[in-house]
Amino acid sequence: MITPLVEVRGLEKRFTAGGAWLRGRRRVIQAVDGVSFAIERGEVLGLVGESGCGKSTTGRLILRLIEPSAGSIRFEGHDLTALSPPRLWATRQRMQIVFQDPFAALNPRMRVGRIIAEPLAIYERADAAGRRRQVSELLEVVGLDPAFAERYPHELSGGQRQRIGIAAALALRPSLIVADEPVSALDVSVQAQVLNLLMDLRRRFGLTYLFISHDLHVVLHMSDRVAVMYLGEIVEIGPRDALHRAPRHPYTQVLLSAVPVADPTLRRERIVPKGEVASPLAVPAGCRFHPRCPFVFDRCRVERPLLRKVGAGHEAACHLHDGGG
Amino acid sequence: MALLAVEGLRTQFATSGGTVRAVDGLSFAIERGEVLGLVGESGCGKSVTSLSIMRLVPPPGRVTAGRILLDGDDLLDKDAEAMRRVRGARIAMVFQEPMTSLNPVFTIGDQIAAAVRAHEGGGRRAAWARAVEMLDHVQVPSPRERARDYPHQLSGGLRQRAMIALALAPGPQLLIADEPTTALDVTIQAQILDLLRRLQAERGMAVLLITHDLGVVAELCHRVAIIYAGRIVEMAPVTKIFEEPLHPYTRGLLRCLPHPSRFGQPLSSIEGAPPDLRQSGAGCRFAPRCPLALESCRRDEPVLAERRPGHFVACPVVSV
Repeated sequence: MITPLVEVRGLEKRFTAGGAWLRGRRRVIQAVDGVSFAIERGEVLGLVGESGCGKSTTGRLILRLIEPSAGSIRFEGHDLTALSPPRLWATRQRMQIVFQDPFAALNPRMRVGRIIAEPLAIYERADAAGRRRQVSELLEVVGLDPAFAERYPHELSGGQRQRIGIAAALALRPSLIVADEPVSALDVSVQAQVLNLLMDLRRRFGLTYLFISHDLHVVLHMSDRVAVMYLGEIVEIGPRDALHRAPRHPYTQVLLSAVPVADPTLRRERIVPKGEVASPLAVPAGCRFHPRCPFVFDRCRVERPLLRKVGAGHEAACHLHDGGG
Repeated sequence: MALLAVEGLRTQFATSGGTVRAVDGLSFAIERGEVLGLVGESGCGKSVTSLSIMRLVPPPGRVTAGRILLDGDDLLDKDAEAMRRVRGARIAMVFQEPMTSLNPVFTIGDQIAAAVRAHEGGGRRAAWARAVEMLDHVQVPSPRERARDYPHQLSGGLRQRAMIALALAPGPQLLIADEPTTALDVTIQAQILDLLRRLQAERGMAVLLITHDLGVVAELCHRVAIIYAGRIVEMAPVTKIFEEPLHPYTRGLLRCLPHPSRFGQPLSSIEGAPPDLRQSGAGCRFAPRCPLALESCRRDEPVLAERRPGHFVACPVVSV
C-alpha cells in the first residue's frame, strides 16, 4: 500500500481566550476537535466551511505553523509532531502555503525577484546567478513576464500579486501546497485566471493541494475529494461528485442549497438552516449542528455522531445514517 | 413615471494623477416595486453610482453631469436640507458592513426609535414600540430584549437585520442595498436574501441592489444592469441576462464562474485588466479585452440600444 502524502489523525487545537491579567475568566476555544483525513499524492482535497469552523487552523496545523494540542500529522510517512527541529526545517521545503491576501503576504519593501528568491536563499539552493535564473523561470511558470522581478508589490494588481505568492510557494519545488482562500480577495474574472493556473501547475508539477475555501462552488470545482467542516470537526468527507450530487449530512445539504447559483433556471427549493453558527466558545452538546438541523431528533441532542461510511470513500457524521445508511 | 430615473450621470474624482471618470454617462430607471441589480467588478463605479444618488460622494469626487429624478424631482437641484429629508425617509441605504450605519454607543432600539421619531414624530414610548415591532418584522428573535442590546453584542447576521430594520423604519420607497450580504457566511446570506425578498414583496418597495455576485442577482433581482468601467454595457430582465447574455463582457463574466454542470473543467477567463479610468479613451472601454473587437470598436462610442424587447446592449458587433 502506498502511504498517503499527508495523514492527519485526531488533530486538535485549543486556544485560550482572556486570562489572568485582566482577571477575565480564561475561556477555551476548541478550534479544531478531532479531525482525521488523508491526502494522496497528486490529489486535491478541498476543505470547506463557514467562518470559525477551523478550516484555516487545520491548514496551519498541517504545516506546523502553529502547534497542535493533540493528534498526529504524518507527511511523507513521518510524524511531523515528532521531528527534531533540523528535520522539520528540512521537511518544510516540501510543504508550502498560499494565502488569501497576497498583499499582506508579500513584503512591501522587497522587489518581486527577491521575494521569490528568498526561499531559495534560505535553503541555499543556488548562487545569486542561479537564483536570478530560477526567478525568471518561476515568473514565466505563473504567467508573468520576467521583467516583473524588478517591481514592488504595490505596483501590482491583486491577480498579479497572487501569482507572485504562488511563484514564491513553488520556488522550492514542494510536493504539498496548502492554498488558504487563494482567490477569495479577487474579482471573478481574475479568480478564474488564478484557478486555471493552480489547475495547470498541479498537472505540470504533480502537486498535491489542500484547498481551503468558504466558497463551496470553488472548492467543488477544484477538488477531487471534499471535506466539510462545522465547528471544528469534519461532518462529511467524500468524492467531489458524490458530495455534490448526493450529500448525506444535513449541513452539507444546507450549504449546497444556500449558495446562490448564477442561473435562475437552477433556482431550487432551499433548505434554510435555523439560527446562526454557534460560537466555538459554547459548542452545543451532542451533534454540534443539532440546534440548526432541520432533521434533529432526541439522540442528536445528547450523543456526538462519528463519521460513518455512507458510500464508496464517502463518510458522514450524522445519526440519520447510523447503521450503514 | 419611473420611481427613480438616472440620466446621463457622470461622477468624477479629481486626483493628482488626473481625473478619474468613475461613473461615465450612466442611465437607468427603476419602477415602483422593482428590484434592479447593478453588477460589476471592483472599481466599475457601481458603489459610486449609489453614493451619487444619495448625494454622498466623498471629496474629491463630484457629480459633473446628469439628472437623478425621484418621482420626477431632480435630486441634484435640492439643497442640503431638502436632501436630508430625502435620505432615510424616501431613499434608505444598507451597506456590507452594518457598523457603517449603526452607532456603537446607542442600543439598536434607541437608534431605530430615533429614526422613527425623526420621520413620524410621536412620543418616546410609541417610537420604542415601533422599534421592537421593526426588529420583529426583520425576524430578530426576542426583539424586546435585543432592542436593549448595543450593536457589538449582536452576531453579524443579527446586526445586518438590525441595520435593515433601521433603514426600513421610516418606510422608504427605495432601498439601496450595497453588497448587503457580501461579508456574511453563506447560510446567513441565504437568510438575509430571503428576508430582503419577503420585505420587498410585502412593502412593494423598490430596491437597487449593488453587488459583484451574479448568484445573488439571480436570487433577488427582476432586472439587471451590467457595468464595466463606469458604463452600462447590458441591461435586461434577469432571466435574459443568464439565458441569453449578449454583451461579450457579460458572457465572459458568466463563463468565469464555476458551474455545477462543469466542475473541474477549465474556466474561461477574461484576459487583461480593466482600463485606467483616468484615460478618456475613445471607443468601447471593453474593446482591448474583447474577443469580438473590430477596428471600429476602438474608435466609436457604443450606444446602449434596445436590441430585443427590454434587452439593451452597448455593442454594435454582437449579433442578436
